[in-house]
Amino acid sequence: MTSSRTHASRRSLLQGLGAAAVGISFGGLSACSQGASSSGGEGNKLNFYNWDTYIGTNTLSDFKKAAGIDVNMSLFATNDELFAKMKTGNSGFDVIVPSNDFVERLSQADLLLPLDHAKLPNLKNIDPAFLDVAYDPGRKWSAPYTWLVLGIGYRKSKMPAGFKPDSWKYLFDSDQFKGRIAVLSEAGDMIRLGAKYLGHSVNGLDQATIDKVTEMLIKQKPNIKAFHSDDGDKMLLAKDVDLVLEYNGDIAQAKAEDDDIDFIIPKEGSQLNSDNWCIPKDSARPENAHRFINYMMDAQASKHIFETILYPTTNAAGKALMPDSYKNNPIIFPSAEELARCEYAAFDASKAQVYEDAMTRIKAA
Amino acid sequence: MEQSWRQAKGLFAALMSAPLVWLVFFFFVPLGIVWLYSFGENRGLIDIAFTGTWSNYAKALEPLYLGIFAKSLWVAALTTFLCVVIGFPVALAITFAPDKWKPWLLLLVMLPFWTNLLIRTYALIAVLRSEGYVNQTYQFLWNNASGLMTLIGLQPLGTFQPLELLYNNFAVVLGLVYVHLPFMILPLYSTLDRLDRSLLEASLDLGAGHIRTMFSIVIPLAGAGIASGVLITFIPALGAYLTPDLLGGTDSQMIANVIESQFKRANNWPFGAALCFILVYLTFIGIAIQGLLDSSAKKRGMA
Repeated sequence: MTSSRTHASRRSLLQGLGAAAVGISFGGLSACSQGASSSGGEGNKLNFYNWDTYIGTNTLSDFKKAAGIDVNMSLFATNDELFAKMKTGNSGFDVIVPSNDFVERLSQADLLLPLDHAKLPNLKNIDPAFLDVAYDPGRKWSAPYTWLVLGIGYRKSKMPAGFKPDSWKYLFDSDQFKGRIAVLSEAGDMIRLGAKYLGHSVNGLDQATIDKVTEMLIKQKPNIKAFHSDDGDKMLLAKDVDLVLEYNGDIAQAKAEDDDIDFIIPKEGSQLNSDNWCIPKDSARPENAHRFINYMMDAQASKHIFETILYPTTNAAGKALMPDSYKNNPIIFPSAEELARCEYAAFDASKAQVYEDAMTRIKAA
Repeated sequence: MEQSWRQAKGLFAALMSAPLVWLVFFFFVPLGIVWLYSFGENRGLIDIAFTGTWSNYAKALEPLYLGIFAKSLWVAALTTFLCVVIGFPVALAITFAPDKWKPWLLLLVMLPFWTNLLIRTYALIAVLRSEGYVNQTYQFLWNNASGLMTLIGLQPLGTFQPLELLYNNFAVVLGLVYVHLPFMILPLYSTLDRLDRSLLEASLDLGAGHIRTMFSIVIPLAGAGIASGVLITFIPALGAYLTPDLLGGTDSQMIANVIESQFKRANNWPFGAALCFILVYLTFIGIAIQGLLDSSAKKRGMA
């Protein structure tokens, strides 16, 4: 999910063209490779399935220098697209980057290879907070890459003096900013955050709560300008709206362009997301895949990646090498106290349909 | 010397086999699979069991989804109507343009096809948004008019309010008309261009005015072109997905958006397939109606 958010146009371009993915060959001259050390029997190749603009500029060529493995990167735009590829099998990919709920979904569907931690010594660089997570206890299936949190991005000059939209109320249950609000079109996120506003957890919602949130959002609809597909930061920058439901990473980038923008995690708490390195079960090159993932968690390699993509990192050693403007940015790294109020949304197979039906009802109302 | 295909069956079969194989393998077989899905049920996260259930269709016929179908039909009909109203005069003008201009005018009609639909839609966003080109121009005019009024001693116009052009149903219909207009103009042009001009002269000579000639002669004779233009505009507009998604507001959801969400986020392919097939059946009905109109028009022509 994450990378597409900042590059909605490119993501949608792919969708518009009906292209499932565009394969971009990096240094495809495998014949000329110096053929340094490569793992036995797997050749010096690796097929990597990633989000758009979600890797350091030189990371793949640096990896080739370090390990002698040519990485062929293809791009996907949504977790659903990734899941559809994995579901049909024989995708040919060796490393994929699913979000947290899809790590659960893929592992439950028995589509992932368990990670061999002995081959991933760089896990020591990861912030311990990200190692034992609810969606993958003990990191059996996935290694952490980035994380994100949802909140409200807003235009400071359009708020009443001294006012901060510190509650989901201003998006979900108030006409104070009528017609100046954009929220996500993602059904699950909307229903879960609505429930969070009403004092529930984002997990284990019952039908009564879902109905209550649905009613609330139907009532709020006249005050909402648009359901955006992850380009709320663009709408905020273009002054189409003054309040958006967005991810902190996107608003951090928008703020870099326009200082009149800020971000807040509402006091009721919010939802965390995280993208992760995984190896598909049918990967033909698990050795190379482990070496690749281990390299991605290297402090220097990680620093280079996050200098490019500017998302919140899970890599403590890499973060320590980053400039202050990144590591002390309150939008990219909210306080521990704020994060304590946030939770990961667990994957719940039975809910996807319920959320989608609720959202269809909201949009049709 | 004309040879019927019956006398060259081998040649005919050879020529037909490639497109036929293509049609069967890349159209009928996948469509058949989707059709089978529509009678299936999810089993766990990956598998779909073909149980022959009608529950997907039952769900698709719930008022919620029927309402969305009705809304999609209405939006597509409005789009088609606007395309006819705008496209007919344009096609007529091209028909009566000097011969050396015609290719250039047709090129202008087709020019938008050189750019991807998505790029064109994003361009529309840039034009329509609160601080887009339309509103910038409007604001410029507003401020100048306001200044002028103070100059001549009147009250200024007050603060400028941008027009709400984007993220509503207006934007969706505008986007659809913009995208589908060439599909309407081209078949209309090809019909109108073949029109026997002597009939128009006869009508005018016999005392009918220009307007009467238009409605009693040109439009009935162009019926086939209008019908095919209507069909070729209405069907894609009915299944429009990108335009409502990008230009629409909170209540601009069309049926294709629901189908997409069922196939992707809801992971309910069987229900998505059932919605798809209802759309296919609606299309068939549309084509059948056109066929009926066509044949009755022919009968009338012969009578």
